Amino acid sequence: MTQKNSRAGLVFHGFRSFFRMPEGWHAICIYPGQLTPDEKSPRAGATDGVIDSYGGIMLEVKDIKKSFGDIEAVRGISFKVEKGDVLGFLGPNGAGKSTTMRMITGFLIPTAGTASVLGHDILDQPLEAKRQIGYLPENAPVYADMTVTGFLVFVAGMRGYSGKEKTDRVNAAVERCNLGRVRHQTIGTLSKGFRQRVCFAQAVLHDPPVLIMDEPTDGLDPNQKFAVRSMIREMAAGKAIVISTHILEEVEAVCTKAVIIGDGRILACGTPAELKARSPSGRLDEVFRTLTSGQNAA
Amino acid sequence: MSTFNALFKRELKSYFESPVAYVFLVVFLLLSGFLTFFVSRLYEQGQATLEPFFFWQPWVYLLLVPAASMRMWSDERRSGTLELLLTLPVTMAQSILAKFLAAWAFLVLAIALTCPVVVTIYGLGQPDAGTIVSGYLGCILLAGAYLAVGAVTSAMTRNQVISFVVSLVVCLFLLMAGWPPVTEMLVQWAPNWLVNGVAAFSVMPHFESIQRGVLDLRDFVYYFSVMGVMLFTAHLVLENRKSA
Ligand SMILES: Nc1ncnc2c1ncn2[C@@H]1O[C@H](COP(=O)(O)OP(=O)(O)OP(=O)(O)O)[C@@H](O)[C@H]1O
Ligand SMILES: [Mg+2]
Repeated sequence: MTQKNSRAGLVFHGFRSFFRMPEGWHAICIYPGQLTPDEKSPRAGATDGVIDSYGGIMLEVKDIKKSFGDIEAVRGISFKVEKGDVLGFLGPNGAGKSTTMRMITGFLIPTAGTASVLGHDILDQPLEAKRQIGYLPENAPVYADMTVTGFLVFVAGMRGYSGKEKTDRVNAAVERCNLGRVRHQTIGTLSKGFRQRVCFAQAVLHDPPVLIMDEPTDGLDPNQKFAVRSMIREMAAGKAIVISTHILEEVEAVCTKAVIIGDGRILACGTPAELKARSPSGRLDEVFRTLTSGQNAA
Repeated sequence: MSTFNALFKRELKSYFESPVAYVFLVVFLLLSGFLTFFVSRLYEQGQATLEPFFFWQPWVYLLLVPAASMRMWSDERRSGTLELLLTLPVTMAQSILAKFLAAWAFLVLAIALTCPVVVTIYGLGQPDAGTIVSGYLGCILLAGAYLAVGAVTSAMTRNQVISFVVSLVVCLFLLMAGWPPVTEMLVQWAPNWLVNGVAAFSVMPHFESIQRGVLDLRDFVYYFSVMGVMLFTAHLVLENRKSA
């Protein structure tokens, strides 16, 4: 990271303490009602030195909320992700991780708040925003009656590719995700892990600048978990990546920063090292437990 | 446009990759043939007219069309692929139209497969080619109207069977509201304006007039408004859904 002196204010729910984040930390978590005046902080943005119209921030989520009837699934979450960042999205079951990702990717309409992807607001310019995003939904839904290649060709077509470029894209994705052996097989007959890989292939097919993955390593064997993590690390340099996961080692292995949410709110954020430092034992799982246990008691 | 084409192609192809479609295609053809030749006795009547064939089509479509539309959206919702589809760079309106047109194309093909009936008629004598063409046109428009109803019911549920039954019932209502035996019964106790009002919603008068060879603009307006209103409703339903 070449970022310098980005300061981030963070209100730590539960402990109500206020931290000044150290240098180099530039994803900003904003607690609802506590908007940080981050406009002042210098953002000499992307590594290539080009300051884009969106100021190097690839993904910005602004106080996003979602209610399902009486259930408030997401109660105001804000964060920013810059190029090169891999943001780990952590939280107990039902915390609102998938709901937040579904709003960013345009599947659910937020009750309040919005997000922007490379400067495209998801509500005002949904198509432009969706073009910049690769999305791996939870449980990797794929059309079971199609073959692997047929499915990827379909997605490539939907992404606007045609002719030789389409074939190349599909072949590259098949190669990248080790799907060569099953490329002519019907997806419905694949094992769970292979289906997950097909859906992963679909998400990276168009080499998107913003990649959002909901539990990308769920159901993969240890080798594939390792492969996916290396792939995420390889791709990270030119992209902004958000992954949700329940595997805390994964956070330490691939994430440059992490956000812990609970009950629809941000509880903590920081680099994995910073989060770990909060517990005397220096273990992430302990920090996670301290923050998120007793969530439902209140 | 390439997005639209990709989706249209996938949808159309999926009909031919699913055994359900073939089963319904065969049932449709057998049923149409049975009703035309054995119930209406087209052959024995010896008249070179397709009237007995067209007479049964609105009833047969009550089975064929909901079967073609039932999985349009409910299957996407059940399997979660709706999340995939709606996060691809495609507008809801494009998806709805692409799926609708693909299903309609499939139905047009099914209707075209009834051509042996036409051949039979030419064997019997000299039919009026104009009414055959307009009769088929009426069939295609009717199928489109039913299909738009099916698009709404399949958008409302993740269960294909519910989608099938509900769209069958709604289409049955659209059909019966203006069917002479029903209207004659209604006239017994309901005021005339009510009977006419209900009948105005019915597909029957519009189907019959086109089938007689009368191409009235009002009939086209009727069919396309039914499709428009229904597809718009499907849009609302999908937009306001709370989850897959
Ligand atoms: N369609 C829906 N209707 C009603 N409630 C919903 C709906 N979708 C999600 N919720 C609720 O919103 C909350 C957040 O769910 P979400 O799926 O975002 O959790 P999550 O953090 O992804 O959990 P997990 O780790 O189990 O995947 C839960 O309480 C859930 O019951
Ligand atoms: Mg989830």
